[in-house]
Amino acid sequence: MGFISAFDVIGPNMIGPSSSHTAGAVAIALLARKMISGKIVKVTFTLYGSFAKTYRGHGTDRALLGGIMGFNTDDRRIKESFQIAGDMGLEFTFQTNETETDVHPNTVDVCMTNESGFTTTVRGESLGGGKVRIVRIDQVDVDFTGEYSALIVIHDDRPGLVAHITRCLSERNVNIAFMKLFREAKGATAYSIVESDESLPADLLEDIRTNPHVKDCMIVQA
Amino acid sequence: MIDFKNAHELLDLCAETGKSISEIMIQRECENTEADRETVMARMKHSLDIMKESVKLPLEKPVKSIGGLIGGEAVKLDQHRREGKSVCGSVLSRAITYSMGVLEVNTSMGLIVAAPTAGSSGIIPGLLMALQEEYELTDDQLLSALFNAAAVGYLATRNATVSGAVGGCQAEVGVASAMAASAAVEVMGGTPKQCTDAASTALMNLLGLVCDPIAGLVECPCQSRNAIGVSNSLSCAEIALSGIEQIIPLDEMLEAMMKVGKTMPGTLKETALGGCAMTETGCRRTCEIFGGCQ
Repeated sequence: MGFISAFDVIGPNMIGPSSSHTAGAVAIALLARKMISGKIVKVTFTLYGSFAKTYRGHGTDRALLGGIMGFNTDDRRIKESFQIAGDMGLEFTFQTNETETDVHPNTVDVCMTNESGFTTTVRGESLGGGKVRIVRIDQVDVDFTGEYSALIVIHDDRPGLVAHITRCLSERNVNIAFMKLFREAKGATAYSIVESDESLPADLLEDIRTNPHVKDCMIVQA
Repeated sequence: MIDFKNAHELLDLCAETGKSISEIMIQRECENTEADRETVMARMKHSLDIMKESVKLPLEKPVKSIGGLIGGEAVKLDQHRREGKSVCGSVLSRAITYSMGVLEVNTSMGLIVAAPTAGSSGIIPGLLMALQEEYELTDDQLLSALFNAAAVGYLATRNATVSGAVGGCQAEVGVASAMAASAAVEVMGGTPKQCTDAASTALMNLLGLVCDPIAGLVECPCQSRNAIGVSNSLSCAEIALSGIEQIIPLDEMLEAMMKVGKTMPGTLKETALGGCAMTETGCRRTCEIFGGCQ
């Protein structure tokens, strides 16, 4: 069991009304926006389960949109996020999926498009008390929480990629807390997620990209 | 490194060191997060400031909740007390007013501190602000009270649950009330054992409380349950401070709460499929909120 802090109990400081449906929604969107590079110009949220049923009454929609714009769970601008997104020219849509029920009750798919037209979809689950996890990036099932700083590498499923990633990390004296590898299918696109206790140096990405089988990589700081 | 897994170990630590529960909790936080005392206290001060603001705001600018089931209660209660009509007397009346006010802020997308959850966020600030005004407590005393409350909340999180979906309202309002009861005892000069006794009594009194929000929203009955949570915490603090001992230790009461939560039907655990939510009026209001029956 991880350390439970006084501030896990007296906290989070948050915009109401619900830690799972509001604060958790902000947290998912905040993580999702770090998984696409460049400015986000369009976002579509697909809500499942309890999110789909009660999102208006819990402000889940305003919370998700606020998170995409980088607002934290305690940012008072969340209440006005529709207006702010409109002013910024950020195109946004909410839709519900109540037919797919084989998902965690508080699930959302965040489909983001950046200014170069690149699109990626991230699925998040709100686990209660403001805690969340990301369970899918595009078609690949993943699992990480954002509690640790994470390096996400999207690469071809080829030998030597993990060795390349760990070499880049060890050269910078980064200690790996957890490392997970996910793939779509044998020989297809794979995702390596490395979580670390300390924050990850930004120049790490340049080194990781030197391998021709690396398609993209990003750092999600805790 | 200082730490404790249950209330028994916590009380042993207090006895060995001669320190209060809040002091042990502050030390635990500093050592385990490698932060200095100043940083930890400043962080809690920020939480206290948000709590204070969330008590004041609904008295100055009452707002309707998103679902429209609540709004404006704090002003009514405040006025009632100011007119000298309070049935409960000053300290309890203030505690009720403030705790219900925080829920107004929460349900209108205002800033609150989940303590331990958003649905039960009125109880601890309601208690602290009422005690501060009534007994002229300093902010430093309130910060100690918050760390004391955090110790009880940590034990509930670790050894039971603070989720309405897992344990019903007893896990949210019940735990918040236990946290507040313990904090009130320490801040009013009680011993560590009296703190955990008050927490245990608070949980005992609300054991079995179901989570049955109308339309699934954190509005009704959540708001008035914050009033009962804070009232209960004052009653339990009074009982403990008078020297009455609680028969069942806090650790056993947390275990009992968890067991009751597990055996509670799913319809009564935050699903809006039972209790208040499924009354004739609860159903009608749900349909009105969502613009048609589901």
